[in-house]
Amino acid sequence: MLTLTVNGMKKEVDVDPGTPLLWVLRDNLGITSVKYTCGIAECGMCTVLIGGEARRSCAIAAGDVQGSAITTIEGLADDHPVKVAWIEQQVPQCGYCQPGIMLQTVDFLSRVPSPSEAQIGEAMDNVICRCGSHPRMKKAIAQAAVLTASQGG
Amino acid sequence: MNDDMTRRSFLKTGSLVLAATAIAGPSGLFNASPVEGASGIPFKPHAFLEIGTYETVTVWVGQTDLGQGTHTGLCMVIADELDAAWETVQVKMALAAEPFKDPLWHAQLTGGSSSFRNRWDLLRTVGAAARQMLVEAAAEQWGIPGTDCVAREGKVFHPDGSSLTYGQLAEAAGKRPVPENPSLKKPKDYQIMGTDRKRLDIPDKVMGKTVYGIDFAMPGMCIAVVARPPRYGARPASHDAKAAMAVTGVVQVVPLEDRIAVCAETTYAAIQGRNALDIKWSDGSSPDLNDETIAAFFKKQLDQPGAVAEESGDAEKALTEAARTLEQSYTLPYLSHAQVEPINCTAHVEKERCRIWMPTQGQTATQETASRLTGLSPEKVEVMTLPAGGGFGLRGEQDAVEDAVLLAKTLDRPVKVIWTREDDFANDRFRPASHSRIRAGLDKDGRVIAWSHKVAAPSVMSRVMPQAVQNGIDPDAVAGIGDMPYSLPNLQVNYVMIDLPVPVGWWRSVGYSCNVFAVESFIDELAHAAGKDPVSFRLEHMEKDSRPYTVLTRLAEKGRWGSPIASGRARGVAVVSCFESVVAHMAEVSVGEKGRITVHRMVCVVDCGTAIYPDAIRAQAEAGVVMGLSTAFHERVRFANGGVKTTNYDGYPVLTISEVPEIEVHIVENPIKAGGIGEPVFPSVTPAVANAVFQATGVRLRDLPFQKDLLLKG
Repeated sequence: MLTLTVNGMKKEVDVDPGTPLLWVLRDNLGITSVKYTCGIAECGMCTVLIGGEARRSCAIAAGDVQGSAITTIEGLADDHPVKVAWIEQQVPQCGYCQPGIMLQTVDFLSRVPSPSEAQIGEAMDNVICRCGSHPRMKKAIAQAAVLTASQGG
Repeated sequence: MNDDMTRRSFLKTGSLVLAATAIAGPSGLFNASPVEGASGIPFKPHAFLEIGTYETVTVWVGQTDLGQGTHTGLCMVIADELDAAWETVQVKMALAAEPFKDPLWHAQLTGGSSSFRNRWDLLRTVGAAARQMLVEAAAEQWGIPGTDCVAREGKVFHPDGSSLTYGQLAEAAGKRPVPENPSLKKPKDYQIMGTDRKRLDIPDKVMGKTVYGIDFAMPGMCIAVVARPPRYGARPASHDAKAAMAVTGVVQVVPLEDRIAVCAETTYAAIQGRNALDIKWSDGSSPDLNDETIAAFFKKQLDQPGAVAEESGDAEKALTEAARTLEQSYTLPYLSHAQVEPINCTAHVEKERCRIWMPTQGQTATQETASRLTGLSPEKVEVMTLPAGGGFGLRGEQDAVEDAVLLAKTLDRPVKVIWTREDDFANDRFRPASHSRIRAGLDKDGRVIAWSHKVAAPSVMSRVMPQAVQNGIDPDAVAGIGDMPYSLPNLQVNYVMIDLPVPVGWWRSVGYSCNVFAVESFIDELAHAAGKDPVSFRLEHMEKDSRPYTVLTRLAEKGRWGSPIASGRARGVAVVSCFESVVAHMAEVSVGEKGRITVHRMVCVVDCGTAIYPDAIRAQAEAGVVMGLSTAFHERVRFANGGVKTTNYDGYPVLTISEVPEIEVHIVENPIKAGGIGEPVFPSVTPAVANAVFQATGVRLRDLPFQKDLLLKG
């Protein structure tokens, strides 16, 4: 039996500790906002925050993150600057990649609060969006940075 | 009864009678649209529209929103003619049903940028008819003529300023006959179309609440992954079912015709079970198939005469009379859809019905597939269309439907079939590769007097719609050539159908995705040969003031064509007319010492007729640039040992954020019938870039993806 802390709640799951966190979240805990796409940590759609750090849940054994705080998109407040900016800029097309990208943005902005366009490009260059929402993503990241700063966060 | 009949025979485009079919009630798991007999809905003038007593306007849609904002746009058209209050409008995806079939194509599918252009009159008429009924209901209540009343934002106003809401009028309106020919608004009177509303699906997507096909779950469901042949035509010679069954969670191993399914309680168990199968596969139909043999085959086939697809004037004769002739060849690779949500389908087969939950683009095809496999009539197949993580043409395919239905029958429980990413690359129905050779003649004034174009490409239609292939011609395979936006006196198009085991399918912009690269590159080469400016040369060959003429002129103006440009940079243009829209692109590029191409700026001008939803049009135009550049620089499916060599995104990189240039989108105001947008924004991107690279370096890039070694200096 594993104990995982997801969005502040303790969850017990009866799985092999070697099971990728992605599948435990999706199939055992029903948190399907964490997306399966490549399974080889190439695309960034399964990203969750572990202790605030963006990590690809397809490449993490569930047993290795017992005791860590795991955050999925549901764990961010509805008025979180990243969510507000994503709606304001009308970023998603199909939307499938967005939760992972938004969580990576949260981690990035926590380290680089007012990024330049080049820094955004560098930090977000390892995620895939097949629809091509990138131009809006750039704007939303910049806006989220401004919103975060104005909230004193 | 009479009124009911009228309602059910509500006219659709043209004046054909719409026969609404009764469908099974809601599944309890999904919003179903009862086409008739909805309880508690006082006013349902059409399968697309319900108005409730509590000021709710519900638009039922049968089109799949693959991320283009289609659902919001469909609501905007109906709500505008209805004069609804936008904040009362909600959208719901309907069960697959007769009224949601395409009025021209007679099948429910989402493709060919058809959602608006094939329903332009129908959608507006639905809204306008409902508005007229509400106005008449109010007029009757007030005892005044309807012409004295005005509808605005969900209310009907009396000349004295008092009003009744649509909710208050819904019941009375529902008792009135549906008008056959309600008056439609003039474009100047649109209140909602042409404005930027927030997309209705975005908040759920941002909050992580959207349940995509792959996320769907229901009680009793198990999950299946299927080991499919790694080589075309291969079959499993042996496998170890015991080892798969030994994996905790695996419930059954089911051999199917040329593949083996592993069903389990969880996805991970199913994947592990499949890994344990240790299948030995036969060699397959063409073990020698690989990148080199494919390229050689195309090259050889391009020397065949092919079938004449289009002929006007006498191109061969004109070529002999030309002052100057040019010949060039262009090649494009097989492409994967690479849509991010892997293919999936959930099926539950019961005695009297079969239910399918799927992010599908092809509802009617899905009903037919499940009907064939279950023996149930197509109406007994309930298709619940779930949100899709991209599609680009692939989601009309039926492979996963077949497996889900067969397995659900075998296991007698609901089964969700999921493809892994490796399955997705290996079993995609690819965008056809295409090789073409063009010969053209210029007269002494530098005008094109002959164009002879031969295309060698596999045929999608031969598989999906064989009746469309006549005399060896797949019309999609030659799209964009005979209908190029230039008026040429002598034109011939030949088509050589490539027959290889690699399956091909619809992919964004279909035939235009290949042929426009060749046409728009070659016209640029001809401009250069004629010593003319590429924009002026194109305009000289267009009908003056035609849509392409206007779009290209606007592009030159907005892109500042011909104005001074930063050192090292150069511009190129391309234009396309397809799916009842016209799009042109201007690329601004530079080429580095090591042959690295940087695209600094892309300008896109779009004429898609009435711009229903400008922000969604801009989003599609941005997306077209991103996907176009992705195919320009990166995308190519690899083959080896008789099958697909590409396995995942690490071998099929797509464009990432640092490569995305500044993108400007300009929409031409043209208040005619709405044209397509998702497809037309793609084809002219790659030739615009290639043409700009030529301006920058003098090197022509005629093969996709671009090979930068051609650009190495020295």
